[in-house]
Amino acid sequence: MAGCGHGIAAIGRRVAALAGKGTELSVVVTPAAIAQGALCLISFAALVYLFAVTDLSVLLVANNSHIDKPLIFKLAGTWGNHEGSMLLWVTVLTFSGAAIALLEKRLDRRTIAATLMVQALLALGFFAFLLFSSNPFERLVPAPQSGAGLNPLLQDIGLAFHPPTLYFGYVGLSVAFSFAVGALLTGKVGPAFARAMRPWVLLAWIFLTIGITAGSYWAYYELGWGGWWFWDPVENASLLPWLAATALLHSVSVLATRDALRAWTVMLALVAFAMSMAGTFLVRSGILTSVHAFAVDPQRGAFILALLLFYVGGAFTLFALRIGTVAQGKTFRLLSREGAIVGNNILLSTILGIVLIGTLYPLLAEMFGDKVSVGPPYFNKATVPIALLLMLLLVFGPMLRWRRDEAGRVSRYMIAPVVAGLVAMLIAYLVGSAAGLFVLLSIGLAAALAVASFLPLFGRRLSRTPLTIWGMVIAHFGLAVTVLGMASEAGYSSERLAAMATGDSETVAGWTVKLKEVGPVVGDNWVAMEGLFEVSRNGKTDEMKPQSRTFFSPEQQRRRPPC
Amino acid sequence: MKRIFAPLLLLAATPVMAQGSGPDAPYAHRQLEDSAQETEASALMETLRCIQCQGQSIADSDAPIAGAMRSEVRQRIKAGQKPEQIRGWMIRRYGEYVSFEPEASGAGLILWLLPILLLLAGLLMARGLFGKEKP
Repeated sequence: MAGCGHGIAAIGRRVAALAGKGTELSVVVTPAAIAQGALCLISFAALVYLFAVTDLSVLLVANNSHIDKPLIFKLAGTWGNHEGSMLLWVTVLTFSGAAIALLEKRLDRRTIAATLMVQALLALGFFAFLLFSSNPFERLVPAPQSGAGLNPLLQDIGLAFHPPTLYFGYVGLSVAFSFAVGALLTGKVGPAFARAMRPWVLLAWIFLTIGITAGSYWAYYELGWGGWWFWDPVENASLLPWLAATALLHSVSVLATRDALRAWTVMLALVAFAMSMAGTFLVRSGILTSVHAFAVDPQRGAFILALLLFYVGGAFTLFALRIGTVAQGKTFRLLSREGAIVGNNILLSTILGIVLIGTLYPLLAEMFGDKVSVGPPYFNKATVPIALLLMLLLVFGPMLRWRRDEAGRVSRYMIAPVVAGLVAMLIAYLVGSAAGLFVLLSIGLAAALAVASFLPLFGRRLSRTPLTIWGMVIAHFGLAVTVLGMASEAGYSSERLAAMATGDSETVAGWTVKLKEVGPVVGDNWVAMEGLFEVSRNGKTDEMKPQSRTFFSPEQQRRRPPC
Repeated sequence: MKRIFAPLLLLAATPVMAQGSGPDAPYAHRQLEDSAQETEASALMETLRCIQCQGQSIADSDAPIAGAMRSEVRQRIKAGQKPEQIRGWMIRRYGEYVSFEPEASGAGLILWLLPILLLLAGLLMARGLFGKEKP
């Protein structure tokens, strides 16, 4: 089975090489893309099967799985490691190539062929990476008895879905990249191209959002006591493509509906994929000190860096050479919907730049012999003011008309959001004035946005409102909720450190916490000591059951990580 | 056998205890009595890096050295020192690496000017997009 999977992956690679050969072969590009997608899918299915039956003659399975592991984590083990996740990556990559070949009908044939060629060229690089430095089907002779197991920290449902969703997002951005390069090659950067690219960007954005949220949720209840974002290099690596994808999603919509922002959109598409690859590089190379040091191998890092330089360098060279031939799109006034979206793009790109340079800075400093750290205090101070400007723009931006608008017309809609914002700030101030100016501003803007996000529905018949408007309303409202949560967590959390015996109680922030009992619990492949806490406030009572687990087969402990 | 080993184990454990908690580091796992002082101390602890770990603050880390550093911070806050004084002391002792907040001088100044520089660059690039609307 393993040999078969390996063989199929190798054939898939040949097909990719064939597909990448040139325009004279454009007739074969479409069937090749489909064949490649199908072969990769079979190859990945083979690996999932190997993990499901725990075939320990395969090195990857032996290193990352165990016969006594629950089935869901055996399956999740397929992509819970470097090699398997790279196979998943190329599978999704080639699968999306096949999807473009089959489904994309609106775009002209030459641009589709060029796009598929770029996609195949990308696949070729990743196939080479997979086969030469991360072969998932490598055999192990003799096969061990039970397998080494999966890091218990990773045996968690939140994390089972964190890497694959992020990868779907990265791959979605690679499709946007292929479209952008394809359109640069044929010179057809216009609304048709934008409409073809938009669903992929939207899909990528959705998966990146889910992926980051899943990771954050996992960190919240599994890693730290209540921490959900540490501005760790690897977290930043996932944030960078998200920021670029968010900017791209907005500008591609402008291009699709208004035929403006042509060069701008192409550039953002290139940047978004560059950020995905840079993110993968940062995670896999272990070049930065990070809490996520699971999957580190310098040789692989060098390989990804080479791919990154080749694809992204090539694409930007092409951009520089060809962008002159792309006619400027329609222009617009500063105060217009397009103007607001350009503002969104600039602010998001600024945050992206801060996060990127802040993350790489320690590396640069080390080259000059300085060992410095750039962490949460810097990122918070540098990005929060920009993010607040973005929130402010979001309050009125969606209400602006295309092309040009009058300040007087829009300001009439702003009464309700402004009132909501001021009231929220007043309440926040009364609850705790020590929270600080930025917390108060964030809460005020979150409340204003929560109200303003529904304004685009104003005067519309709800049953006839297009789904895209609903999508925008929900996403913007979601951002308001998120920012409210972040600001409250930053400004109003309190922590109480205490040693307690059974029967003791402590109070924190108005809650009474009582330790009722401590006892053993048994799970599928672990035993744990579990505390039972009763928490109560104002007559309401609830329970908390924190655990310290010990995993057997193989023996490993999971509480907080030791470090 | 256990009886013989128990005291030996205790002996072996002593250096760790001395570093992370116990009489030398009384505030490693204990908060300051004054809640305003504790708030000030924990805000500072979140910006200091555990020098043994992979990118965790001393507030988050379970490493013994982080416990010792937490105790140092709390004791100095209790003695009336300002957070920035304590950060300075930590940097002199462990190097700039210990502070998650880069200094706003020398090369580090670039980082703090970065938001403004990037915003200006963005505006400069966007300049050509605005104009009289074409029909």
